[in-house]
Amino acid sequence: MANPEATSTDKPILETRKLSVDFGGLHALSALDIQVQRNEIVSVIGPNGAGKTTLFNAISATVEVSKGDILFEGKSLLNLEPNAITSRGIARTFQTVRLFTHMTVLENVMVSQHCHTKQNAFGALLYTKAFRTEEAEIRQRAEEVLSFFGTRLVGYRMDQPAFSLSYANRRRLEIARAMATQPKLILLDEPVAGMNPVESAELTTMIGRLRDEWDFTIVVIEHDMSVVREVSDRVVVLDHGEKIAEGNYDHVSNNPEVVEAYLGKSMTKK
Amino acid sequence: MTTIPPRPTFTQDWLRIARMGGIAAVGQTFIALSNMPVRLDERLLIKPILSMGYLILIVLPFAVGYRYGHQIKREGMPTFTPSMYEVLGGALSGALAGGGLSLLAVLLRHFDLRDPLVNWSPILLNLLTFGNATWFAVIIWIVIGTGTGAAGGLLRLLGPRAYRTAISVAITVASAAVLESLIVDIAKGLGLENLTDRLYASRGGIEWLSAIVLAVASGTLGVLGRGRFRQAKTQLSQLEGTARTQANAALIALTLAALIVLPLFAGKLTNELLANVGIFVLLALGLNIVVGLAGILDLGYVAFFAVGTYTAAVLTAATSPRISPEMPWLLALIFVVVITGLVGLFIGAPVIRMRGDYLAIVTLGFGEIIRLLFLSDWLSGWFNGAQGLVQIPPANIFGLTEIGGTEPRRVFYLVLAFCALAIYVSWRLERSRLGRAWMAVREDETVAEAMGINTVNIKLMAFVVGAMLGSFSGAIVAVKVGSVFPSSFLIVVSMVILVVVIFGGMGNIVGVIAGAAVLIGVLGGPRQPGLLAEFSEFKLLIYGALLIWMMLARPEGLIPSMRRSRELHQHEITQDAWLKN
Repeated sequence: MANPEATSTDKPILETRKLSVDFGGLHALSALDIQVQRNEIVSVIGPNGAGKTTLFNAISATVEVSKGDILFEGKSLLNLEPNAITSRGIARTFQTVRLFTHMTVLENVMVSQHCHTKQNAFGALLYTKAFRTEEAEIRQRAEEVLSFFGTRLVGYRMDQPAFSLSYANRRRLEIARAMATQPKLILLDEPVAGMNPVESAELTTMIGRLRDEWDFTIVVIEHDMSVVREVSDRVVVLDHGEKIAEGNYDHVSNNPEVVEAYLGKSMTKK
Repeated sequence: MTTIPPRPTFTQDWLRIARMGGIAAVGQTFIALSNMPVRLDERLLIKPILSMGYLILIVLPFAVGYRYGHQIKREGMPTFTPSMYEVLGGALSGALAGGGLSLLAVLLRHFDLRDPLVNWSPILLNLLTFGNATWFAVIIWIVIGTGTGAAGGLLRLLGPRAYRTAISVAITVASAAVLESLIVDIAKGLGLENLTDRLYASRGGIEWLSAIVLAVASGTLGVLGRGRFRQAKTQLSQLEGTARTQANAALIALTLAALIVLPLFAGKLTNELLANVGIFVLLALGLNIVVGLAGILDLGYVAFFAVGTYTAAVLTAATSPRISPEMPWLLALIFVVVITGLVGLFIGAPVIRMRGDYLAIVTLGFGEIIRLLFLSDWLSGWFNGAQGLVQIPPANIFGLTEIGGTEPRRVFYLVLAFCALAIYVSWRLERSRLGRAWMAVREDETVAEAMGINTVNIKLMAFVVGAMLGSFSGAIVAVKVGSVFPSSFLIVVSMVILVVVIFGGMGNIVGVIAGAAVLIGVLGGPRQPGLLAEFSEFKLLIYGALLIWMMLARPEGLIPSMRRSRELHQHEITQDAWLKN
């Protein structure tokens, strides 16, 4: 879990400096400057193709950064492998749910603690005390994380393969898996997509609890404006790879540039 | 499931009959021209009626006869009560299938196509005509086809109990006939030669009278003990918690005890067979970690087998040309495992950065490279090239016993010990941090990486652990055979090991063992004869056919891993949970 007293709050936990990602001639992100403060919930919105998921991919090193820098707790994330970034304390979920489908719910969450555990094959083969203690710890932490979602992922469900879960539960398991990596920062890519209004309202309050109870800093991509209004401390609007607006929800939603990006130019000029 | 009255007998589904019969007729022709019937005709099953060659020619008509009556069961949809409709349809499909052979007999008589079809011979014609005129063959094969097809259809009419009895009788007689050599061998060890002498004819095959006695006996037993076995099985599967663990432990102990006791009563032949199966179990368990757990399709696994065998040979044999430390086998084993592990690391490091198909092709290449290195002139100073290394001494186990090829029983015990070790390793690792990481990589490599797993290291670990397990069987084969040649490590060995893993059930230890027992034990390995030694010529053909059938009918393998089978019970569990609330 995060360590709130470690650094002063004015220094951003995550910062992108002139971040650019090009796919051939296409500028998916161009010279983007974003700062995320510790314990903040920031929403990233924007029309389709604005570069939201590319931003997440750049942070988690699944796409190559063309120019600029990404700083996490003051240190650059460039040239790191994705798994190294996870061990630094950044976890993410995927827009299209990507669970380990043939592993059980519990195993999905257990395997995500990989970078914080260290027992090797010899420990497992000799069944040492250290191995057993660590296994018990992994299991306990996994159950703790799963019980965050109420009764939905615990009990007999823990031993069910992930593919047997309902759609909403799969989304929840994705978040649980991200939580299990013991991050400081969680990147949620459209966490409520495809959920019904009741489920999405419930998950909205959970995003708040993730920050309040688990001390995570959260960046969330979301299309559902009611969720964005509910959870965000700050909203960043992207369009064509550039930041076009930033501020609290009311400020951003009344910004003419944002309205234009979403709805197009008004026919009659004022 | 509701049933509705039978269909009228003469409103047959003619198209279905034509299609199934036609396919079977083509199949029959193919089997006949593959030379299998002629080769297997020497092997009598039931004296004097049935040889294995003819058995193969009646399998297809029987199968289509049975298949014709198959009704697709859809939830909520009624099915027809089986009746003479099924029997007649089956008979007609069977007749068509038999007709394929009739046609073939006519063609054989009047045309000579020996040029492209090497098995187009008078011997085959003689087999098909039973030494009579062509018209006899035409009639007899249609009659045989009709008869077996009708028998297949009749099977549909039997109630569940009669059906089960019929199947068990058929299986008993068939296995008694097919497994003759094994049964005779074990009976000899138990001092029951009288019994087998009476059962089997002097030159192979069950006496027809004994066959009838056997059928009646197994039928009666089946009726008397009806359902007991099933009952016990369901009871076992319903156990939970500690009771389940205890039952499992008891089962494992029983199996182990049987495997320790059985070889004492078995002769050379059976022990040789068991040892061969064990060696492939070992290899398959190693490959199972790579393919089944970590999802790395390794088509060159034979490389590690080769390195293990050669390392053991060089370190123990006095005839090894460059260095011959003549180590005791147990000491050499340590070097074998370490060196093979290093080779795994060496091959794995460049390969592992690739994914999917590319990786498979590259491993295939490395498998061949290793064999060619052992064969090459460049390294012949070390490994003697094609002449290979010979006179590998038997293994001395702590001065207690000497294990060499002349003592298949001791070899089997050695293999058994290493199989136990490999099973323990697989079982422990699967339930550890490493095993979970392997599975995550198998499921989705990108996500696994995003969840903090160093996929390169983890995949390398799988490669190395798999290589080390494979090296055990290499070291055992070195002492068992006493010599080693590059030609023992052809690509087909990799394929056979892979087929064992896929056939048995990927990712499941019990499945892999079952796969090896069935494929290697019954059909035989790439060079090792199985129980059906007569099939050795057609082994790869049958492997291929089995694999295709398996992929269509049961893609999860013979004994699927728990994860897969849980899928099937999912509906029941959710339904129960829902009903309770």
